[in-house]
Amino acid sequence: MSIVIQNLSKVYGAQRALSNISFSVEAGEIVGFLGPNGAGKSTTFKITTGFLPPTEGTATVAGFNVADQAMEVKKVIGYLPEHNPLYLDMFVHEYLQFVGGLYGMKGQRLKNKVGEMVERCGLTREQNKKIETLSKGYRQRVGLAQALLHDPKVLILDEPTSGLDPNQLVEIRKLIKEVSENKTVIFSTHIMQEVEALCDRVVIINKGEIVANDRLSHLLAGKRKAAFAVEFEGEVSMEELKQLVGIDTVERVKAGTYKIEGKEGVDIRAELFRFAADKQLSLVGLKQEQQNLESIFQELTKQPVEA
Amino acid sequence: MRYILVKEFRSFLNSLIAYMVMAVFLTAMGLLTWVFPDTSVLNYGFADMGTLFSLAPYVFIFLIPAITMRSFAEEKKSGTLELLLTKPLSDWDIVLGKFFACFFLVVIAILPTLIYYFSIRQLGNPIGNIDTSGVMGSYIGLLLLSAIFCSIGLLASSSTPNQIVAFILAAFLCFIIFTGFHSLSSLPVLASVAVGVKQLGILHHYETLSKGLIDSRDVIYFISVTALLLLFTKTILSARTW
Repeated sequence: MSIVIQNLSKVYGAQRALSNISFSVEAGEIVGFLGPNGAGKSTTFKITTGFLPPTEGTATVAGFNVADQAMEVKKVIGYLPEHNPLYLDMFVHEYLQFVGGLYGMKGQRLKNKVGEMVERCGLTREQNKKIETLSKGYRQRVGLAQALLHDPKVLILDEPTSGLDPNQLVEIRKLIKEVSENKTVIFSTHIMQEVEALCDRVVIINKGEIVANDRLSHLLAGKRKAAFAVEFEGEVSMEELKQLVGIDTVERVKAGTYKIEGKEGVDIRAELFRFAADKQLSLVGLKQEQQNLESIFQELTKQPVEA
Repeated sequence: MRYILVKEFRSFLNSLIAYMVMAVFLTAMGLLTWVFPDTSVLNYGFADMGTLFSLAPYVFIFLIPAITMRSFAEEKKSGTLELLLTKPLSDWDIVLGKFFACFFLVVIAILPTLIYYFSIRQLGNPIGNIDTSGVMGSYIGLLLLSAIFCSIGLLASSSTPNQIVAFILAAFLCFIIFTGFHSLSSLPVLASVAVGVKQLGILHHYETLSKGLIDSRDVIYFISVTALLLLFTKTILSARTW
């Protein structure tokens, strides 16, 4: 186990940011950490990296307890904090060499490593600039390069792709995928496709409590009720729709359009078509709604967590 | 600690702060020592560096807080403090690195004033008629005083993310600890403990050193006050873990 969080709680003054959360990340895994804003994602990361102490509970990284072996923990972790803080008045190489120095790297080895990181993170074109002159995407790369420089076993990335344009998103995602070989990675994000593209497993947190912690495939498989957006020309009686075989729920979206959910494992499309033919209705649209991570996320984090 | 020191010092050099500090300090001291008739050595008629050593602390009351005000405040505001504190560095590494960077900058600003010593030495009659041990003692006093001012500045900077607040707080504290206790001791109410109150301030110890008398009690005073203030700074930095 690379990261083990046990019964972790954090109270800021009167506000309870985390209440008794536990999860673990196996060595070599990529885990996505999801949750609405203010759910406690960054707090969890701050505790795991030793920046903040937990109010209760323990966090262990690569076998080291964050509370009393903080220095060892800091050495094995590569951390990209939220908002990617950087020393803007430094040059790219200067900054990376400074960070490398903090990890005890020096001389030619440090120079080579910085050169390698600049290349890997796609900074070659911008490497001789001051950080303050870089665009957001390139700053993000500098932040990533900084986190990866000492070849950490554990990588903790807090919203590594926030605020990037679609092209940069794809590139940064690819970079994370590349560097994550032989590393344990946990990252937070608001972009669901990212999780689907990168992660083995997701942990979803809401209001300081874990609401889902499962392999992505399980989470998606658990929701295999097919839902359809069905559009008729004109109104149709809801009662009649509900009478059909295999139909679970019917919901009116707008005039002539209904959201119809079939019972588990039943394909209701043929039934709907026959219904339309029998009643001489024109069926103008039949679209299957993907039960994806996004809807699962919304479902899990929409309702208030019961006290 | 070394990496923090180098980084801080570089940022002084990159951001004009270093040049500003040196230019302002040396211009002010040059004018006061050589040009302004009220304080000039040339008008005074004695080969003495008293002007430099009695007025430099007042210039430092403003200059040193200006150097130190950004050290923690800026890092807090921009979030880079989180970056530093999640690197394998102890809190002491960060505090001492920043302290020595500020202190070295002040030392470098003071160094050129050694020229004054040699010039005034030449102006003496006969040549070389200057109280060398007094000057040495004063330099030691001035260096120790700037160490205290630097640590006050760091303490103020660590207690707020706002640089202006850090500056004002530091300048005020420097003023209080430099002359405040001395002035306070002349209050009639405190007459019975006047000596004790006076000894809390820097001025009392600074004056002793200026006479060329390097008393271990004074040196210990300066070093322990600096250490205590740095300990407070470190405590504030670690207070996030309470």
